[in-house]
Amino acid sequence: MSLLTERTNNDVTVSSTATAPQRPEPTPTTRSKVRAWLGAWWVLIPLAVLVAWALLPGLFTGADPITGVPQEKLSAPSTAHPFGTDHLGRDVYARVVHGTSQTLMTAGLACLIGSVVGSLLGLLAATAGRFADSVAMRFVDVVLAIPAFLIALILVTATEPGPFSLGLGVGIASIAAFARLVRTEVLRVRARDFVQAALMSGGGYFSVLRRHILPHVIGPILALLAVDLGAAILAISGLGFLGFGSPPPTPEWGLLISEGRQYLTVAWWLTTLPGLVIVAAVMLTATLGRAISKTFRF
Amino acid sequence: MGGYIAKRIGQALLVILLAYTAVFLAVQALPNDPVTIFLSADSSADPATIAQMKAYYGYDQPLIVQYLNQLGGLFTGDLGYSLSSGSAVSTRIGEVIGSTLILAGSAFALAIVLAVLLTAAASLSRNNTVRKALLNLPPLMISIPVFWLGLVLLQILAVQLGVMSLFPDGSLLALAVPIIVLAIHLSAPIAQVLIKSVQEVNRQPFVDVLRAKGASESWIFYRHTLKNAAPSALSIAGITVGTLLAGSVITETVFARAGLGQLVLQAVTVQDIPLVQGLVLLTAAAFTVVNLLVDLIHPKLDPRIITAHAGSPRALVV
Repeated sequence: MSLLTERTNNDVTVSSTATAPQRPEPTPTTRSKVRAWLGAWWVLIPLAVLVAWALLPGLFTGADPITGVPQEKLSAPSTAHPFGTDHLGRDVYARVVHGTSQTLMTAGLACLIGSVVGSLLGLLAATAGRFADSVAMRFVDVVLAIPAFLIALILVTATEPGPFSLGLGVGIASIAAFARLVRTEVLRVRARDFVQAALMSGGGYFSVLRRHILPHVIGPILALLAVDLGAAILAISGLGFLGFGSPPPTPEWGLLISEGRQYLTVAWWLTTLPGLVIVAAVMLTATLGRAISKTFRF
Repeated sequence: MGGYIAKRIGQALLVILLAYTAVFLAVQALPNDPVTIFLSADSSADPATIAQMKAYYGYDQPLIVQYLNQLGGLFTGDLGYSLSSGSAVSTRIGEVIGSTLILAGSAFALAIVLAVLLTAAASLSRNNTVRKALLNLPPLMISIPVFWLGLVLLQILAVQLGVMSLFPDGSLLALAVPIIVLAIHLSAPIAQVLIKSVQEVNRQPFVDVLRAKGASESWIFYRHTLKNAAPSALSIAGITVGTLLAGSVITETVFARAGLGQLVLQAVTVQDIPLVQGLVLLTAAAFTVVNLLVDLIHPKLDPRIITAHAGSPRALVV
């Protein structure tokens, strides 16, 4: 068993030695508790700012993201306009802040679809017998064989560009990762003695699943969810950059960069600064994923 | 061994067939047929034209006939006709695929080289700070959008330094920069898995034995660790082929290169479903074939893969 745990949690084993000295501290004070929490979960603070950008953009910027001041067009970053202004004199920082909700909601929709459908599929594959397993896994192979990008494109071709079809397309593509992860994890847990014991003492399918298997599987799912959110942000901003997201006046991260591309020679800030926000957002979700898998290791 | 190969080839064929069926069914599930969707943007199209075009392209036949006809066409390399140009889908793809293959192929090769170099540098470096920095590089590289990296490089090289043109002019730099941009994006997941698997191999006792026998660190790394760590990185490299296409499309757009990318965008913009269908099928086939190759190389690197075969699980509660 030790070999199996080591294989599945290999990235954690290295870091556990680094955090080990903190643990045996006798009677932790409030301050050290806060520090330990911060050490593990500091990433939640910048992510909370990002969520606040999405929910209450007005708190973070007074500038209007849609109508600009033509006299101030294409001005370089300054204290008044931290990210500069675009060709219509719109504040780029305001557009990034207001675009957060669009990008995060589309990415959230994708993650929701991917995680719910993928987890159910993985669960079914691991617990509903051999036939269900081969059907579900062949389906996953097919989804895996068609790149996320093309699944989203088929949907956009057939319907029309917009956040919903993008989210749906990217979500369908991420089903495969969740299904595979959940299947492996459930298979690993169901081989343990306590699951056998629960089954032998008369536990039904759903009760054993809920009480004995799911609690052990939820950690990896949450970790993948965080990583997947980052991947979805990347995919959606890429598709938005190509023009398959919301139509122009809407501020969306990918679209912002695509608009700034036309002014590449005169205004570097139009592409560079919104891009840095995307990089930061994706890195933060990846860090959150690592923090979750550290906490929920089993 | 023979059984393993036959089984994997059979599985690959099944996946391609299923992918084709899935795309076919997805197209059928649309509220309208491809011709109506294609002509929906054109206000001058009257029902008679639509009906005529549907009959011409065979969209008025029963589903099963359409399915079998198109499937039969696949074996002769016939992917149907593009609605926007009237020429065969295979011709339109054939016209531009060369440029994309050069871009994607070189980027893929460079990505593997980059991943191995990064892993070697991170594993062999004696300086702790350098090693930590190198280990943190793949997560950073994976978070950078391809289009943004391309634009920033264009900004620096073409606008600030003026050593490169904004449009492809046949110079070495105009070819190399897109390849490098795409390779950086692709190498991140490969490097991540390779580093992880090298760390895992390094914890095995045989490495201590080698060290005790006096082998140098670089000898251990290149002759033993890398060989043992390669299979898992190879699997991931196979999977990145899927992102290679999306990456190529975006890279081609950023650097204004002709290629499959432009064709995809054009097909989507004019809602040319047969063309999109053909492109999807081609990608799915490419992905499946590359991963089949990976699976066939796998047992050469690690023969245990054939013997350690896990069957499907039984039902939890019968």
